[in-house]
Amino acid sequence: MDKVNFHFDIDGDNFTSAGEASVRIKKMLREMGFTPEIIRRVSVAMYEGEINMVIHANGGDADVNVYCDRIEIILSDRGPGIPNIELAMQEGYSTAPDNIRSLGFGAGMGLPNMKRYTDDMTIESEVGKGTTITMTVNV
Amino acid sequence: MSHNKHSVTLDISRCKGCTNCIKRCPTEAIRVRDGHAIIKEDHCIDCGECIRLCPYQAKKATYDRLEDFSGYKFKIALPAPAMYGQFEELDDVDEILTALLACGFDAVFEVSRAAELITEYTRRYMKKENLPKPIISSACPAIVRLISLRFPYLVDHLLPIMPPIEYAARVARAEVLREHPELTDEDICVLFISPCPAKVSYVRNPIGVKKSAVTGTLAISDIYFKVRSKRKEIKFPQQLSQTGIIGLNWAGSGGEATSLLTDKYLAADGIENCIKVLDEIEHGTLHDLEFVELNACIGGCVGGALNVENPFIAKARLRSLRKYLPISRNRVKDSETVPEEVLLTETVGRNTTMRLSDDRMTAIAKMAEIEQIYKELPHLDCGSCGAPNCHALAEDIVKGEATRQDCLIQLREHYGQDNP
Repeated sequence: MDKVNFHFDIDGDNFTSAGEASVRIKKMLREMGFTPEIIRRVSVAMYEGEINMVIHANGGDADVNVYCDRIEIILSDRGPGIPNIELAMQEGYSTAPDNIRSLGFGAGMGLPNMKRYTDDMTIESEVGKGTTITMTVNV
Repeated sequence: MSHNKHSVTLDISRCKGCTNCIKRCPTEAIRVRDGHAIIKEDHCIDCGECIRLCPYQAKKATYDRLEDFSGYKFKIALPAPAMYGQFEELDDVDEILTALLACGFDAVFEVSRAAELITEYTRRYMKKENLPKPIISSACPAIVRLISLRFPYLVDHLLPIMPPIEYAARVARAEVLREHPELTDEDICVLFISPCPAKVSYVRNPIGVKKSAVTGTLAISDIYFKVRSKRKEIKFPQQLSQTGIIGLNWAGSGGEATSLLTDKYLAADGIENCIKVLDEIEHGTLHDLEFVELNACIGGCVGGALNVENPFIAKARLRSLRKYLPISRNRVKDSETVPEEVLLTETVGRNTTMRLSDDRMTAIAKMAEIEQIYKELPHLDCGSCGAPNCHALAEDIVKGEATRQDCLIQLREHYGQDNP
């Protein structure tokens, strides 16, 4: 088998569990012997994506496909969608509610960090339907 | 003297094969096979969780005994500061130190003295530029091993300065050699009186230094009664203690970190809590912290499995013991440098035991197989197969250490289908 897939249901009703899939992925990648830099990039991108899905989209699905030469992260939700992707990609731009900000989130660095830590990122979003983000980290 | 590198061992005759220990082991190092537990030696970090948990006292810490060292001309006791918290109505550390001499030691050197010096050097070290923050304390050997095994990418954050036990042994040896020119280094044995099995293992199998200057490790619980009875005989304790508040504080969680005089610190105790903090550090969410102190035992060293007293009682006693003591009685006058002699000589490596394979293709294939098997398991994490959870069983099956028939739930379902 040339790849392994990990699927996670990101629970949108449970904010305190956000970030758990990232911890799980980190453990698996470590057991597969990936370098710390790769693991860090994947886990940060995954973490930011997970948090976003919980804050903005009431959860969703996360799939991580691990290949020999790359790691692919696909996050898809049925949330409100992103009306202006270019704006959303700007550092510091955030629509996170106040109660989330009090926990230290909502700095507007989620999407920019996901882009920074991965080699490729595409966002497909339709207002009212949902968002799918595909990220790739090359090994 | 035991030559096993681990302190934590299993007494098979007492083990009933229950699943209490397997589920709480922080490195999933224990399995139940053929009706009793087995400890995977390369996964065990000697934290002592299983010793505390086992309802049948089947998990034990091995350690050395004073009698084992009768061949040495000169014996130095290195009492851990946690030891002082074990004795009731103690208002003078000297009573314990004098009692130790009465037990047959030729000299005592308090580990808390070395702790005060290490504190000073750590403060200096923290002023360096471009350090990977937060710096994580390297004083608890169970935590250092946990990081090497489960958080291998955080090894660069470990404070590269010797733990107080190691530095204490070196300073003590040098002091005795100065005072007794007739002795050679081989005549001297340095015996640490330990609150925990992790430090017993540290001495047998050091991490961060090639060879420990400590010769052997006694257990606080083992020497306790002897010290207690000798203490009663002492009318006038000798003036021996040279420790201040900072040194004594090292016995409890937060003692090391608070003495660095920065408020950007975090101190966590209890292995599960430490793991959560390490997860956060790996995420990079704790970047505004300067220093992180982690103790595998609840309460810090006073919570070690080789103490006799409840950790909170011990901590309360230490609090009254340190009253009216100077802040620190061990200071270094020279410049602001960190001398070579206190630095760790070996880098703490990334332990790859947890890896499925060195070849990535093979590792991915194995992981895919594990995930497939895991999907088919009942996800009850009941432990009745002998593995701590269903995922660990799936890993064991792929590694060839277990079979699907080990899952009793699935076996029962099969049996039910065949015999309606």
